[in-house]
Formats: sequence, C-alpha cells, structure tokens
Amino acid sequence: MANHSPLLVGCAAGFSGDRTDAAAPVVQALVDSGRPAVLIFETLAERTLALAQLARRGNPEAGYEPLLDDLLRPVLAQCLRHGVRIVSNFGAANPHGAALRIQQLARELGARRPRVAVVHGDDLSGPEHRALLAQALGADMPTQPIVSANAYIGAQPIADALRAGADIVVCGRVADPSLVVGPALAHYGWQLDDWDRLARATMAGHLLECGAQVTGGYFADPGYKDVAGLACLGYPIAEIDADGHCSITKPAGTGGRVDERTVKEQLLYELHDPAAYLTPDVVADITGAHVAQAGTDRVRLDGVRGHARTPTLKVNVCFESGWFAEGEISYAGARAEARARLAGEVLRERLAGVAPLRIDLIGVASVFGDDAGRWLAAQAPGDARDVRLRVALQHTEHASAQRLVREVTALYCCGPAGGGGVRTAMRPRLGTVSCLVPRAAVTTGFTLLD
Amino acid sequence: MTDTVLTVPLHRLAHGRTGDKGNRSNISVIAWHPALWDVLVDQVTEEAVARQFAERRPSQVTRHVLPKLQAMNFVLDGVLDGGVNDALNVDSHGKALSFLLLDLPVQVPAALVQHLAGPR
Repeated sequence: MANHSPLLVGCAAGFSGDRTDAAAPVVQALVDSGRPAVLIFETLAERTLALAQLARRGNPEAGYEPLLDDLLRPVLAQCLRHGVRIVSNFGAANPHGAALRIQQLARELGARRPRVAVVHGDDLSGPEHRALLAQALGADMPTQPIVSANAYIGAQPIADALRAGADIVVCGRVADPSLVVGPALAHYGWQLDDWDRLARATMAGHLLECGAQVTGGYFADPGYKDVAGLACLGYPIAEIDADGHCSITKPAGTGGRVDERTVKEQLLYELHDPAAYLTPDVVADITGAHVAQAGTDRVRLDGVRGHARTPTLKVNVCFESGWFAEGEISYAGARAEARARLAGEVLRERLAGVAPLRIDLIGVASVFGDDAGRWLAAQAPGDARDVRLRVALQHTEHASAQRLVREVTALYCCGPAGGGGVRTAMRPRLGTVSCLVPRAAVTTGFTLLD
Repeated sequence: MTDTVLTVPLHRLAHGRTGDKGNRSNISVIAWHPALWDVLVDQVTEEAVARQFAERRPSQVTRHVLPKLQAMNFVLDGVLDGGVNDALNVDSHGKALSFLLLDLPVQVPAALVQHLAGPR
C-alpha cells in the first residue's frame, strides 16, 4: 500500500567486522523522528559468503554473520517496540539459521515475537545449479571445488516480505543498495519499472551501504580533511522522499561529519561508469547528479536518473585455490635497509622454483608496489633504519606454500645480523570468478517463519 | 608574478577514495575548490594517470568527468595483480592507491595557490 510520509533508513553496519555499537544512536534517532523507519545492516563483502559457507560446513547451524548477536542485541527490543523494521544480508550462507537465532534472541530479551522473513533464491551453490554456472562461466568454470555461488538478487523479495508484514527481513546475497530499495518500494508502492525513482533510491542505498564511510569514516587526513570524533562516529540515516531523492544525515551527538566532500567520495566509491551503475533493480545514471549541503551534517542528493534494468543477474563463484603464505622479519638501526634487502635476496634464492615470491620492505616500499617487484626495483637503495621485510607467495599445495614459512623462520639463525620479530601465517586461498545469468534462471522469494 | 607556475602534488588540488571490484580499481578525484577544476581536467588525464601507475601495468585507464560534482572517476583495469583473492600485496584491495594517484605532480598558476589545500 502506498504511503507518502517520508521514509527514514538508517544503516548500522557497512561490512562484516564493522563496529557493533553503531546501531543504538541510529535507532534512537529513528524512534525520536516519529516517522516510518527501517534499519539496515550490510555485512557481506565479495569474499564473506564463501567464508560463511566454509563455517557452515563445520557447523550446520552456522554460516550467518558471526556478530549477529552483537549487532542486534542492543537494539532488537527497541526496534520491535517502536516498529522500526530491520533489513539485512546478515543471513549470509544460512539466512534460515540467522532467522531462528533472531527469534531466540527476542525471547531472551523478553521482546515480543518478531515476524521474521527469509529471502531465498540467491544461493546457486547446490549441484542442481552446476550446469547453469558451467554454461555462464565457460572456460572460467573452476576445476577446483566450488565453495559458494551466489546471484546478486534485487529488492523485490525484500519489498514483498515487508508488505506481508515482516518485522525483520533476513537475506543472503542481495545487491547492497537493494537493502534500501526494498523498503522504499514497499513504503511508496512504486512500480518496478519506475526507473528514475528506483535509481534514486539505489543511490541512497549506495551512500548507506558502507556505513560510516559517508559520515566521516575512511575520510580523515589530518591537516587536509579533519574529522572530529572518529572514535564515536555516527552512522548514516537517509531520508527518502516520494520521488526517491534523499538527504543523508547522522544521529545528533555522534562523531563524524556529513558534508559535500564525504558524500562525493562515497557516491563514487566502487563505481565505474557513472552513466551506468548496474544493479539487479535498475541502471542508475549519476552524470547529472549534484550534492548540496542542506544544514549541519545534512546533504541532499539530486539529479539521479534511471534506465531499464539489464536482463541478467551477476553471480559470484568462489572456489578453493590453494594456500597463501606470508612471513615478516624486522631490522633496525645502522644499515637496517641493507640487511633487510639481503634477507630478501636470501629468501629469493632459497625459494627459487617454488612460486613467484613477493618481497616488500615495510617502511621503505611495500603498499604501492606490484607483485612482480617492478616498483621496488625502481626505488634506489637507501639507509632506512627501521625496516620490516615481508614476503608472500601462493601455491596450490600446502606443503609447498609452507616452505616460505620455514625459510623466513630460519632467518633467525641463518639470515643477516639483528633480524627479529618473525611472524608467519598460512591461509587457505579462495578464488573468485563472476558471470551473468538470465534472470529467469534465478527464482527469488521469501518465507515468513511460523 | 601571475605568470609563475608552481608544481604541487595533486593532493593539494583534490581529494579522493579508492574502490575495487575484482582486478579493477576505481579512484575518485574531487576538486577542493571550483577554481581548480580546469587545471584538473587539463592535467589529470588518462595518459598522466597511466604513467603514474606504470609499474602496475594497467591494461586500460578510463576517465569519467562529472562537472556537476566537480569530480572525476578513474577506472584502472588490471592494476590489482588479480584483486583481493589473488594479489600477494599486503593491501590486496589496493585501498591505498588513491594516495599514489594524489602524488601526481600538477602545474598550478600562482593565482590559484590561494585555493590549494594544505600548507601555504
């Protein structure tokens, strides 16, 4: 049913591992506004779902956001009491498991029993979908075991679940902005081909999906871009009007800032062609967009246009791709850089033929460099006095990757003088390939838990 | 005096942020002040950015210009050694790369110095 009172959407997480004390001030601001309001948590990066699938293999009840309790416990009862609905992809590889946990959590908190909806259709990891993936991926189809395969699905099942009365909508892989488009669709009753409005709500979602990255997080650069209160950042709230236009704000009394600069940086974050930002819901066009300060910590976004959505959905497939090994050792004082460089040469000789070795001199040249070492080779040797040698390689075989760990450790006795602080790590590697599948191949929907 | 030209790093004229998808990096370049916009458009070109990232061997550099936002978006293909799942870089997302781009030297007429960010 169409409703034309402005909708507020607050975002209390921008990735799995985000601060878990962000939600309380956001929910308080939503409740204080007295307006229809939704709280979202965005907790799925490209790799997160594969890690969740691995967790579920070990424990069939796991596979959803590990911090689910920490995220919801502070605000669940208040949201249920005041009708703030919650939409999130924190279901990850096990949305049904997350939904059961949420019901249990509500009981523990003495809150009323929530109506929890589970969105399904994104998970294509089952054997029945293998042929579809093989066709879509062609030569890119992994030969190694597939860990996860998920379609980025859109806002419609979220909107349908909210219209059916869900208090909480638990998703796995949905496009991040769809977490906002879904509630806006349900609230305003827009048509599914109302491209301009869908595109505007999509960009509101894009601004919210990384949490504090639009409110002063990931922005501070002392002397150039100062941000007060980084230790207590306020997370964003979008006020979305009936045409989909949005203003971005944050809760009063929190740290951070919302201004044209923070909003522009986030508007262009992870965006490629600004005329065609592709989501399952719409193709958004921000070439005519502009942002304007509309008050303290309040910025309005205008001028977004939309075009018809594409006939396909993006699918990410993660597969086991061997092992990643890295090791570090520090050198300090006179000739530290020369000793670190010598240690790197020793490792290159010892590990010749195992796999291409990346060498970094942390404190001299490490981050900007390429894996092949062209950047490091272009830096003339200097006389840095505090240098940490860091090396890394990957290999399909565990034992071969582990050679690096052993050789770095052996530098304690066999390497240059004064090396200390060896740290080593071995991690399983996940590869990712992407493809497009026809929309008709992906059946989405929702289930309301009893 | 007004004919004098200074060479300053791009971070005096613009700020920006890096994003990544697979082996593709995008970096925004946002003018600190409208008066600096023309200098940015003239000098922060696809060719200049490709040179700044030469060791990263970009297969393609594409510039999208957004005058209403006083911003440009650079899309750099093939610069992440395969991206977050394949790169050996300690920063496998390439999140720090905006600061490599912001080191690009830019020639600024003395008359615009008052609009630069940072130390005078």
